[in-house]
Amino acid sequence: MRRLVLACVIAWLAAPAAGHAQLRPPPSDAAISRALADLTTEDADRREAAVTLLGKTGDPKWLGFLGALRDGGVYAWKSGGPGKTVPQVVVGGAKSTRGDREFIEIQSPYELTPLGAVAVKDLVEVSADRRLRLTIKPFLDADETRAQLSDRDPAVRRGAALKLGNQAQATGAILIQEALRTEQNGWVRHDLAEALALIQIAHGDPAARSAAVRSLGELHAWNALPVLRQLAAHAAASRDEREAAVTAIRKIERWSFLTDSIETIFQGLSLASILLLMALGLAIVFGLMGVINMAHGELMALGAYATFVVQNWFRATWPETFDAYFLVALPVSFLVAAAVGLALERGVIRFLYGRPLETLLLTWGASLIIQQGLRLWFGAANVDVSSPRWLSGGVPVMVGLQLPLNRIFIIGLATVCVAGMYWLLFRTDAGLRIRAVTQNRGMSACLGVRAGRVDAMTFALGAGLAGLAGAALTQVGNVGPSLGQNYIVDSFMVVVTGGVGKLAGTILAAVGIGGLNKGIEPALGAVFAKVVILVAVILFLQRRPAGLFANRGRNADT
Amino acid sequence: MPTREWIAVGFVATILAVVLPVLNALPAESPFHVSNFTLNLFGKFLAYAILALGLDLLWGYAGVLSLGHGVFFGLGAYAMGMHLMLEIGARGVYQSALPDFMVWNQVTELPLFWKPFRSSLFTLLAVVAVPGLFGWLFGFLAFRSRVRGVYFAIITQALALSAWLVFNRNELNLGGTNGLADFKTIFGFPLNQAATQRGLYVVTALTLTASYLLCRWITRSRAGKLLVAIRDSETRVLFCGYAPENYKLFVFVVSAILAGVAGALYAPQVGIITPAKIGVLPSIEMVVWVAAGGRGTLVGAIVGAVSVNWLQSWLTRSYPDVWLLFLGALFMGVVLFFPDGLVGAVNRLVERVRTLFGLSRPAAVHADARGGISR
Repeated sequence: MRRLVLACVIAWLAAPAAGHAQLRPPPSDAAISRALADLTTEDADRREAAVTLLGKTGDPKWLGFLGALRDGGVYAWKSGGPGKTVPQVVVGGAKSTRGDREFIEIQSPYELTPLGAVAVKDLVEVSADRRLRLTIKPFLDADETRAQLSDRDPAVRRGAALKLGNQAQATGAILIQEALRTEQNGWVRHDLAEALALIQIAHGDPAARSAAVRSLGELHAWNALPVLRQLAAHAAASRDEREAAVTAIRKIERWSFLTDSIETIFQGLSLASILLLMALGLAIVFGLMGVINMAHGELMALGAYATFVVQNWFRATWPETFDAYFLVALPVSFLVAAAVGLALERGVIRFLYGRPLETLLLTWGASLIIQQGLRLWFGAANVDVSSPRWLSGGVPVMVGLQLPLNRIFIIGLATVCVAGMYWLLFRTDAGLRIRAVTQNRGMSACLGVRAGRVDAMTFALGAGLAGLAGAALTQVGNVGPSLGQNYIVDSFMVVVTGGVGKLAGTILAAVGIGGLNKGIEPALGAVFAKVVILVAVILFLQRRPAGLFANRGRNADT
Repeated sequence: MPTREWIAVGFVATILAVVLPVLNALPAESPFHVSNFTLNLFGKFLAYAILALGLDLLWGYAGVLSLGHGVFFGLGAYAMGMHLMLEIGARGVYQSALPDFMVWNQVTELPLFWKPFRSSLFTLLAVVAVPGLFGWLFGFLAFRSRVRGVYFAIITQALALSAWLVFNRNELNLGGTNGLADFKTIFGFPLNQAATQRGLYVVTALTLTASYLLCRWITRSRAGKLLVAIRDSETRVLFCGYAPENYKLFVFVVSAILAGVAGALYAPQVGIITPAKIGVLPSIEMVVWVAAGGRGTLVGAIVGAVSVNWLQSWLTRSYPDVWLLFLGALFMGVVLFFPDGLVGAVNRLVERVRTLFGLSRPAAVHADARGGISR
């Protein structure tokens, strides 16, 4: 059989557009009934030949029959009617018991026409031994792969192509040929071509192999590297092949360096967005009131848990629109955190105005209470927040580089938040008042700005942004009571580095710290990257003690 | 120091350093017997109190809030712990001259920085010098660039986080997450004997007394007056021609050394030191001891450290879930309602009673700790 398929591939290589699969003539009825009869015999070779014949038809009905055969659902019916010497092959269905006798509903093999119930004693199971099952398997697998190759989801089609390439079985070439004829999506076509080249390396002649190796180099096929390395070091390979392989490897490696660099930059940007989302709320409150809100991390955790609750509510109430839950969770988490922030500000923080260190301790106390409250209410273990379908998976950007959708979403959300903040601060009356109080509280109050109210609203806004950040974090990390603690010190560093009261400083600091972190993480590991950043921030503060963009003024205390 | 105060200090020191150990040495049937467990617990509290004194000096007097003192405590404790680990010698589980965790981590040779800790003298020196030098370096960089107030608090918190992360790593050869434990002897005395523990307790109590006297001397000196001035208006001190950063650096180093000494006394009494004692939460808990006791009063730091920890050891045993809630409430309550802490509250109460009976002394007797730390 192997040789036969090999011959098929070689024929196909000679005439790649010939459309081999469709030209295959279907076997005659006589051949099929002979094959069915062979199945009931004891001769293993004849049984195998019969299965191969049926499998090669590629007919879904015969493949269904082979599946039934593998699962032990095919019988030989001895009393196949008067005058019949050869037992008839049937497919068994539901079993039933009448009195002390067992009956099985049987059907004809291809059309599946019901033939009535037959006593078990009249049937002999056509047993599928290991050898027969192994013969059946490739046909069924090929069928499954074919179904995947025509799936609606491009990711499934790419997965099938990848599988075919990894298996590198000659049978796969036919499937790929078929798929390439109809495939429109460029990424899937790319993967199919890659798989085809891998199959050619495994089964083609030297010339075809060299061509395949070259095309793999052109395709920047990262997955093919082990095969190519093997080929480059293979003693039996021709010089041409080896040289082609070395060139291809170099090409692929250069490409992967490029994709790695882009990925690192993207990761840095994504971390920077997370830091920015968290630091934004901290920074405006710090700028306005001189208060570092130590409970900021717990407000984020509240936002994350609000997302969790909304998710569960959707799952219970509207399971059919489950994917929309996240759109509802975003405003809900904002409002929940903002409400708690407002209560905190009106309830306690306003009494400590002008005493930043006391406020720091107070908010730390609040953070402990919120954290422990969450732990008692939701349990100490992490809770499960599942991504909506439109946020899972990734977007292929270039060969070998897929950017995860959830990270892209976070970058987008951070951008929107920053833009919204700029709009609020510089285009609205409320923003004007916030800026006025930030610059000179006493003077603003004299001019009729209600500073207390501005404080409360700004604090609520900052808290709401924390809630939003928490909701976003559910898509990239674990949700637990100590969610806030993991990032909070980093976002403090962003605020300190960025300086007071300037959004641009916060943005620049977030990008700098996020980028630096991801840039040195591969070399030093996550822990020492954090230490390096602390040292860098301390050294940076040597040059600019009040952060990147300090407010210039005549007050000696700032 | 007035005679009355000398008498008070001597009285408390005698109770702590003499009476309690004597009661502990009584036979167990005696109604006045203090159990080994209680004495050991007190030893731990008094070690904490030494640290709290230093923190109070820094925060209550100079107005510098450090959220990273767990690091200095840890440095002292690890320095002592390393010596104790080496004293175990081949009596460990693996009968190797190396500490057990090194055997697990397949370290074959004692790392270079461990070697000097074989000497007891070097260890005693390191307990003071390592936190002191590290504090000097950190403080030098921070104060020179005029990092102050909230900025300084945040930077020290980041220091605590970084140190915690680093001490958790096995590459550092300091036992990773499990820290240093299973000590057998200290300077040759077996740690599992009550007499050794009693001795350690007495040393702790005496060190606390000495630390108190040192801090008291500093606060009453000219430099101490300047520290308070810096707390109240650093800029004005600067414009008067002083260099506030030097005074702040000095007091920061002193408090780092006191924290290190506290750690070194803590490690042999508790028998284990892990990175969990270094992190962000333990560091900030230390601040709440001082706040609860009453900052700006040295006695307050001691009272706070002992009472909060006493409460903690009782609550975590009886109601483990409640402890963090309580701690949070304590933070908020002290800041909102008792800004001058327990000592301040008692002082005010005494004052009120005096007024009631017409025994009032002239006003402005006690310093207002509240007015201090503001912009």
